[in-house]
Amino acid sequence: MQTLVFVVFPYVAVLLAIGVGVYRRRARAYTYSALSSQLLEGGRLFWGSVPWHYGITLILLAHLLAFLFPGVAGLILASPIRLFVAEAIGLALGFYSIFGLAILMVRRLPGQSRASAVSSTMDWVLLLFLAVQVATGVAVALFDRWGSLWFLSSAVPWLRSLVLLRPDAATVAGLPLLVQAHFVCGFVLVLLFPFSRLVHVVMLPAGYLWRPYQVVIWNRERRAHD
Amino acid sequence: MDVRCQVSMVFHLDKCIGCHTCSLACKNLWTGRPGTEYMWWNNVETKPGTGYPTLYEDQEEYRGGWEVDGDRLRLKLDTRAGELLNLAFNPRLPSLDDYYEPWTYTYETLTDAPLQDDQPVAVPVSLVTRREMEIEAGPNWDDDLGGSPIYAANDPNLKGIDEETRRRLFETERLVFFYLPRMCNHCLNPSCAAACPAGAIYKRGEDGIVLVSQEQCMGWRMCISGCPYKKVYYNWFTGKSEKCILCYPRLETQQAPACMHSCVGRIRYLGVLLYDADRIEEVARRPDHELVEAQRSLILDPCDPDVIRAAKAKGIEDGVIAAAQRSPVYQYVKVWGLALPLHPEFRTLPMLFYVPPLLPVTGSVDDGVYETSADFFSSLESARLPIRYLASLFTAGDEEKVVEVYRKLIAVRVYKRGETVGDVTPARVAEALELGRTTPEEIEAIYRLTSLASFEERFVIPPFAREAAINLIQLTQTRQEGGGMGFLRAPRRGL
Ligand code: SF4
Repeated sequence: MQTLVFVVFPYVAVLLAIGVGVYRRRARAYTYSALSSQLLEGGRLFWGSVPWHYGITLILLAHLLAFLFPGVAGLILASPIRLFVAEAIGLALGFYSIFGLAILMVRRLPGQSRASAVSSTMDWVLLLFLAVQVATGVAVALFDRWGSLWFLSSAVPWLRSLVLLRPDAATVAGLPLLVQAHFVCGFVLVLLFPFSRLVHVVMLPAGYLWRPYQVVIWNRERRAHD
Repeated sequence: MDVRCQVSMVFHLDKCIGCHTCSLACKNLWTGRPGTEYMWWNNVETKPGTGYPTLYEDQEEYRGGWEVDGDRLRLKLDTRAGELLNLAFNPRLPSLDDYYEPWTYTYETLTDAPLQDDQPVAVPVSLVTRREMEIEAGPNWDDDLGGSPIYAANDPNLKGIDEETRRRLFETERLVFFYLPRMCNHCLNPSCAAACPAGAIYKRGEDGIVLVSQEQCMGWRMCISGCPYKKVYYNWFTGKSEKCILCYPRLETQQAPACMHSCVGRIRYLGVLLYDADRIEEVARRPDHELVEAQRSLILDPCDPDVIRAAKAKGIEDGVIAAAQRSPVYQYVKVWGLALPLHPEFRTLPMLFYVPPLLPVTGSVDDGVYETSADFFSSLESARLPIRYLASLFTAGDEEKVVEVYRKLIAVRVYKRGETVGDVTPARVAEALELGRTTPEEIEAIYRLTSLASFEERFVIPPFAREAAINLIQLTQTRQEGGGMGFLRAPRRGL
């Protein structure tokens, strides 16, 4: 059971995410879109989308950095004050994203705004799992203190073992159920990624920062400049 | 010199009767799909008016186009990093209500009504939500000055005009308006393309048509704000931006675009221009009052041997050069200087040019009899619409430039009237010619292209014949049977 949930499932989710994601980008590029509904409803979207995107991006970034540099993270969090500040910021961001997500969900309810007209079943599935994921995250922060510390010695070794293809779920097997739910839900989201609008996350157009303003495409080879 | 070819247009506003045939031809062909109902790639506005979407010309609000910053040109919308930070919510995006919520009627209640005492009624339902709705506005709510106290009176181009003139403009006896058909200008310096974070909007090298790659587009919506003419539209159903494609599948098979082909007033001209792409940035940076002239100077003389040599060196085909030499656009824009770009101060270098309308002069009501002055169309001084207003539309406020155009247009009228009706003294004709800085030969040519030009003279399309060319060397059967141009699967939302 442990192997199934913490080894097999993550691998399946990641493989599908990459495989289907790449296939979809190549064969059905047209289906890639952030599917914004701002044109239909903008007022509430502002209060939902901005907190959600900024909140969740910062939280994810913190997760990622702690995973990549657990040593540094451990040093930073060694002092109780810094630990407290980090957790407080994390919790605030968690509530900030939940607040945004709640608004995003309400505005998609039937009859609430024109955005409901473009809300698919998959959109709702995604919203629900995102909500569960952030809610369990916040709950862990509140009830299983101090996650940012024990994360380094439980989740990080486990994830690292997955990445290095030497899977070992021992460090997470004995964790509280709430924490395990957070992990599983995380990989459910990875699984949903290629089948939903979540694909827009990997299309973040960073290249815009340095590409020339204008794009000109020629059908035939152009002769060299003069 | 980097010679390129640009498909360009001239709209002769004097001839537009505001029938909207062009808009419908376009709608029937391209924008009948879900998510595109509210889009009018081609629309016809009444001016003065607030246009479609409402107040699109107000760049303080929408921040479309470019601005000059020292010796650099930058997007008015935002910095690049600023745009990326606004991907989750674009603060400068018009809402659907700034266009209008598209609707249909429940026609079934009429056709399926049982025998009954009362008349059945078809009620409007939204094409977005499919629910019943109250119609509050449409794409042409202010047609022919309808509701002018809310619409026409708020035209951003009236800003620089004093109270008194403004009040007179809307007196019933002096009411004046004209039609302004608009579509994508296929600009030389498109700000929609520059604003696209995904780099999905591109200009085709061979003909300069600006397109949105439907596969690269991620629906970030920055192009909508970036285009000062609001001619890129967000398809709320598929999550992709769409715009006028200048009917390129038609152009490639030597047919005029649908809006132009169907134009009842025959106001539309299309042809290619050769221009120097090396100078685009430098020209777009010029001060406001130099813009019209500078843009004209970008356009090269297609009969000049040096230009032809440079064009050939860049691989421009003989057929294209020949078409450029016969281009009606070249005549109106460069040779006669009669056609002006819309809002050159947006600095996108639009390649759709307008011949401004000759407006009727002021009349007066005496004892219930309406009198106009004798030269109904031939006096600039008593024109009913302030020159200032036209300058705000077509020359970034430079009234002298507009007057120049009008002097020549009036010369054509006076000269032809003298010739056909004979009630104009030779002295008056000579005076008009001198003021208009023109000659009888030029007037004949203008008259011909304006009034008598045949289909082939109005639309000079080079032999791109791309489809036919590909057919010669490749098997295209499978693609064609699979649904024709581009898409093999019906465009739908997400996965
Ligand atoms: S079809 Fe021609 S005349 Fe009619 S509104 Fe359009 S541009 Fe004007």
